[in-house]
Amino acid sequence: MAGYSGFRVLTEGLRGNTGWKPAWRKATPKPAYDVIVVGGGGHGLATAFYLASVHGIANVAVLERGLIGQGNTGRNTTIVRSNYLLPENNNFYEHSLKLWEGLEQSLNYNVMMSQRGVINLFHSDAQKHAALRRGNSMRLNGIDAEILDPAGVKAMCPIIDVDNGRYPVLGGLLQRRGGTARHDAVAWGFAHAADARGVDIIEQCEVTGMIVEGGAIRGVRTTRGEIRAPKVGLAVAGSTSTLTAMAGFDVPIETHLLQAFVSEGLKPLIDCVVTFGAGHFYVSQSDKGGLVYGGGLDGYPSYGQRGTLPTAEHVYAAGISMIPALGRLRGLRSWAGVMDMTPDGSHYICKTPVHGLYMTAGWCYGGFKATPGSGWCHAWTIAKDEPHRLNAAHTLDRFREGRMLDERGNGPYFWAH
Amino acid sequence: MSQRFRLPAGGHVDRSRRLAFTFDGRRFEGHEGDTLAAALLANGVRLVGRSFKYHRPRGIFSAGVEEPNALVELRDGTRREPNTRATVVELFDGLAATSQNHRGSLAFDWMAVNGVLAPWIGAGFYYKTFMWPAAFWERVYEPMIRKAAGLGRASGQPDPDWYEAAHAHCDVLVVGAGAAGLAAARAAGATGARVILAEQDFLFGGDLLNEPELEPWRGEAIAALQAMPEVTLLPRTTVFGFYDQGVLGAVERVADHLPQPPTHTPRQRYWTIRAKEVVLATGAHERLIAFPGNDRPGVMLAGAARTYARRFGVKAGETAVLFATHDAAYDAAFALAEAGTRIAAIIDPRADSAAMQRARQAGFTVQAGSVVTGTVGGNALRGVETGVAGSGGRANAVAADLLLVSGGWNPAVHLASMSGAALAWDEALLAFVPAAAVQRERSAGACRGVHGIGAAAADGAAAGRAAAIAAGFAPAADVLPPDTPAPDHRPYELWEVKGRGKAFVDIQDDVTADDIRLAHREGFSHIEHAKRYTTHAMGTDQGKTGGLVGAAVLAEARREPVAKVGLPRFRPYTSPVTWGAIAGGEVGQHFQPVRRTALHGVHEALGAVWMDAGLWKRPAYYANPGDADAWASVLREARAVRERVGVCDVSTLGKIVVEGPDAATFLDRVYANTFSTLQVGRARYGLMLREDGLVFDDGTTTRLAPDRFFVTTTTAQAGPVMQHLEFHHASAWPDLDVSLASVTDQWAAMSIAGPKARDVVAAVVQGIDLSNAAFPFMAVADCMAAGVPARVFRISFSGELAYEVAVPAGYAATVWQAVMTAGVPHGIEPYGVEALGLLRIEKGHVAGAEINGQTTAQDLGLGRMLKKKGDFIGRTLAQRPGLTDPARPRLVGLRSVDPARQIRAGSHLLVDGRSQGWITSVTQSVVDPGWIGLGMLREGEARIGSSIIAANPLMGEEVPVKVVSPHGYDAENLRVRA
Amino acid sequence: MLRITCPHCGARDELEFSYRGDATVTRPGPDADAGAFHDYLYLRRNPRGWQVEWWQHNGGCRAFLKVLRHTVTHEVRAVAAATETLEVPGA
Repeated sequence: MAGYSGFRVLTEGLRGNTGWKPAWRKATPKPAYDVIVVGGGGHGLATAFYLASVHGIANVAVLERGLIGQGNTGRNTTIVRSNYLLPENNNFYEHSLKLWEGLEQSLNYNVMMSQRGVINLFHSDAQKHAALRRGNSMRLNGIDAEILDPAGVKAMCPIIDVDNGRYPVLGGLLQRRGGTARHDAVAWGFAHAADARGVDIIEQCEVTGMIVEGGAIRGVRTTRGEIRAPKVGLAVAGSTSTLTAMAGFDVPIETHLLQAFVSEGLKPLIDCVVTFGAGHFYVSQSDKGGLVYGGGLDGYPSYGQRGTLPTAEHVYAAGISMIPALGRLRGLRSWAGVMDMTPDGSHYICKTPVHGLYMTAGWCYGGFKATPGSGWCHAWTIAKDEPHRLNAAHTLDRFREGRMLDERGNGPYFWAH
Repeated sequence: MSQRFRLPAGGHVDRSRRLAFTFDGRRFEGHEGDTLAAALLANGVRLVGRSFKYHRPRGIFSAGVEEPNALVELRDGTRREPNTRATVVELFDGLAATSQNHRGSLAFDWMAVNGVLAPWIGAGFYYKTFMWPAAFWERVYEPMIRKAAGLGRASGQPDPDWYEAAHAHCDVLVVGAGAAGLAAARAAGATGARVILAEQDFLFGGDLLNEPELEPWRGEAIAALQAMPEVTLLPRTTVFGFYDQGVLGAVERVADHLPQPPTHTPRQRYWTIRAKEVVLATGAHERLIAFPGNDRPGVMLAGAARTYARRFGVKAGETAVLFATHDAAYDAAFALAEAGTRIAAIIDPRADSAAMQRARQAGFTVQAGSVVTGTVGGNALRGVETGVAGSGGRANAVAADLLLVSGGWNPAVHLASMSGAALAWDEALLAFVPAAAVQRERSAGACRGVHGIGAAAADGAAAGRAAAIAAGFAPAADVLPPDTPAPDHRPYELWEVKGRGKAFVDIQDDVTADDIRLAHREGFSHIEHAKRYTTHAMGTDQGKTGGLVGAAVLAEARREPVAKVGLPRFRPYTSPVTWGAIAGGEVGQHFQPVRRTALHGVHEALGAVWMDAGLWKRPAYYANPGDADAWASVLREARAVRERVGVCDVSTLGKIVVEGPDAATFLDRVYANTFSTLQVGRARYGLMLREDGLVFDDGTTTRLAPDRFFVTTTTAQAGPVMQHLEFHHASAWPDLDVSLASVTDQWAAMSIAGPKARDVVAAVVQGIDLSNAAFPFMAVADCMAAGVPARVFRISFSGELAYEVAVPAGYAATVWQAVMTAGVPHGIEPYGVEALGLLRIEKGHVAGAEINGQTTAQDLGLGRMLKKKGDFIGRTLAQRPGLTDPARPRLVGLRSVDPARQIRAGSHLLVDGRSQGWITSVTQSVVDPGWIGLGMLREGEARIGSSIIAANPLMGEEVPVKVVSPHGYDAENLRVRA
Repeated sequence: MLRITCPHCGARDELEFSYRGDATVTRPGPDADAGAFHDYLYLRRNPRGWQVEWWQHNGGCRAFLKVLRHTVTHEVRAVAAATETLEVPGA
């Protein structure tokens, strides 16, 4: 397949754009593969891409129940960052961020990774100290971070009201290399690139059972027949519990809903990503002009992809409290995603109790930025049958051992992270 | 300028009321009852906007919420509202609107060059290019795209208006007040049910407003509803979402039709409506047909032109061509002819129909079996090209300044879909209609494909009646709907006329039929993929006029029926909603409530500088005139405590009464240490763990009676601790006979601390012997203080001799005053939270910075408090290896080697260049001047006495610090026991 | 908006309540080992369907309630006092 380039866009344009081919093949399942990746979202497609491109394992099927990229990859708020406190997390996310930084070139697909800067505002001394601890942890691990005073916040985003709110802004923790990417394109780009390396992407193929023999995975049953493989990786946000139950074990996951919103299109108004520290709110502006914003969990388990009003009210109120100029603008659309929440707010990329079964799961509401890193580490873990050091701590067993990765100390409550 | 296109009579505008307005600075006049779009058309303004991507000239396309083109910046200054649909803006005197999304003038937008580039900037082009060199994306390509994209400009200023939230419960909510909705509300209302009728328009009636002969029926229906005491009418109210369990959200535009909201009037009101039953009577949206040039100003939905003629008394053009695929659309031709527009031709792909014959009888030229193949003109339509259906060739050109288009009608199924109902394909209407209800809702009228006013009204009446009965009301007598002929809305299946030029399926986002086919070619063949790849139906209109057309183009490319292709999922909002409305009043200073202690006024009078502690306002310190800066105040206050006596408001600490025969057992299980052994009249420091073994909270708990305890918590955890106790009582030990009551707000508490504390407290309280022997450390007693009932606790956070005096909150100021008076001879000073923090850091007491949810009792040096026997929350999981690992950071004291060099909380503690911990809390010391702190450090105890680096790379600081015991001040606790 | 009918207070909006976890797990007894506590605190069935949950009516009577709720449709089918038992349909 010919690659994408400005030149190709030019020549195809002259030919009426009739020469373009599908970005990925609509593959039909073979009876067996070396590796099956369940889940055609960003994480699953990235896993397949890195299996093929890094580990030379291209006899891979990605099985997707519906369409690729239609889960959380297609319904998130596009933020990319690595501003974490714990080294186990910030090193992982930094690896992911570095992959993002070269993703267009590795995938030959413009995912519009845009390093516009991510600011977390703080409003009290206690929050400032926590921001300093986190930012210093990043810096000591070689990750960019800056501390901003209120004037610095104003310089980055002039329409933030730093003085007059209920909780005046004392400053912010800035990661300049953070930003946003075009979420749908991430799935399409990984699909395009994995497909080009021989991976079969099989849509409309739902896994209905796991074939486990003698404690080891042998394959999966699907709506399109049985497919066998000695190794199976799960990348199925929102369905992890369902699939692990098929394999015979429960996991520390509770699936919650998180709402997100987009405004009508506007001329450039907000140039970076900003999170409010005194309430649940964050916002950025897409290249198309819509403000993309959201808040916290609605607070109860749900697979419904549907939120309700009280959470939205808080989001809008917090937004206007941070940026009073938002008051007269209009929200265009709201939606909700399913979040696999874990008891410490950190994720899993690990082996499982079933030999040959691996998973990348429990991404809470931070999975989008992890997409390349998750796929990379998941692929490594599958290929080597052991974790990379970047995901060695992200096991299911960490709770048995008391080695939680709780960034904010919120405790063993799925809804608290 | 005169209203050249205004008809002399007819419609629902008041010609005696002349309203002045401006568009792009030009002055015009319209009438009361106009929308901005109607008034612009009345004045012959055709060009109103530019499209999103190709910056093509655009005119008014519709007469309602579905408008893709006529988006304007309404008002100016701080009230500027970008992207406002001129078709729904109610005209008011002094209205100012500006066209948007162009560089240069509206008439000559140099961004229109994008149209020439179309072959290279079609759907998804940006995914395939702009990748090299990598750094150019943020620096060059993206800023270019961002500047060109977007629609209107935000004001960038705070909104001067305010909003309010309202809540409603009803038996039947009727959404939409067209014929179906009016009839439904009336039928439901007649049963005595509580009915809310919400209509987004400022007039009730929907399509009835276009039927002069039915005006009596409309008037009578409204009058009947107004007379029903249980019926609430909400005009200008958009129901934007259907949520779980019969809850719907709506926004009422209370004052948008006025230049600015009157005093004490919100601009908009946000309604949360809880309805037992819902009748959706939301009507239908007319859909476009994709043909080359279908976006040129002068191309308009047929029904919209009819509305402008009939409702607003405005003719949308002088010479019109109708391009219709069904009979009902012919009504537009008749209505316009009546208004004086010349109908140059009717283009219809069908061979014959009843309406066609009527049109011919009326003298219209009807070209059966033909289609529109293109449009002629620049910024305004000059002519229409037509051809034989299916041939592709051009046959004719007809001069016209108005092209009426109707490809059929899409039922407005948005709310039904959001409620969970599936959609079913109606083969006759070529549209989706709601399938079986999931929630307690039913659709009536055009929104479920029942067209024609009489039929819709009958359908509405039946739905309203059924809804009221379902809500528990007895049926009432029917009111007959008007008897009208039902025009035939069943269209001929024509979605697109292929030809040279751009045929739009999404007029706002500039998505063409070719774009949809390109998406299909590239594998984005599912409607959800195609939508995302092309941005089809993602504009402010959400594809109301063209969404299904795009799906049909995709269906053709896939060689599958439209029904199989389907539509993307409908989500809130049905129409865009104002941020301010949803936020309501809880913004700015009112974002969260302020909690004030009973002593707030006292602190204010003393010059308190406030700090936020959760919702609470607490005095950070008291700024005295002589204090050089904040630190001077804090040090002065702390020095007073260490040397003399101070008083601090500690009312914000959580207070919980635990009472019952099993109270002691309960506390033994929720605390890591034992309380059953505590004597009555004594307090004990308690440590609470979470079930995962990490420290949750600490505080002192007093035994007031054998079966009665008084638990205190930290300020931050007051609510969570209460909930934690309640949860475990309910879920784990419901058998324990114990009750819990939060009394945080009932008691005010002040801590009197310092060597002179006993003297001060003794002068205030009566009925208690404060001598060390009679009232030792950790003693508690009820007494009187300043003549009011009080409770005195001999407890200390500061490390000094200290008493906490608690009194009913209403007496707090009196007792505080008595304390201050008694303290005068001893040099008493009030001290705030900062000094409190200083004192506890000196003493080595942990607080929120150390009990941060990541630390164990051992980490904090409190491991010995964990009882060895008996179950308690956190006991088992605290023993996990990761939590007992000796390598975990431990609490240490820290001191800046150079007393003048500041250290900061949040700095990391480096040993050999590697982070081994961090600083949690920092202060200047009064007992040993210089910067000190607490921190968590690996091998903390072993490192005591060594020097390490406090690194704060964020601020470029590296400060040598000495590791010391956290309990450097009065380690033997002689002072607290003095 | 969820509407939950508190047995003490009547039908109320979700904002008066807070969700407090899966109510089908019970705290192990005093002699249980770390494994039992691990499963209680961390492992969840996390069903796509009916689930019995703890909700506290903290903006009302403060009672902890058991609520039978569907995690896809959000339908609330039954609400009971903490000491009562709710059966999951079809389980």
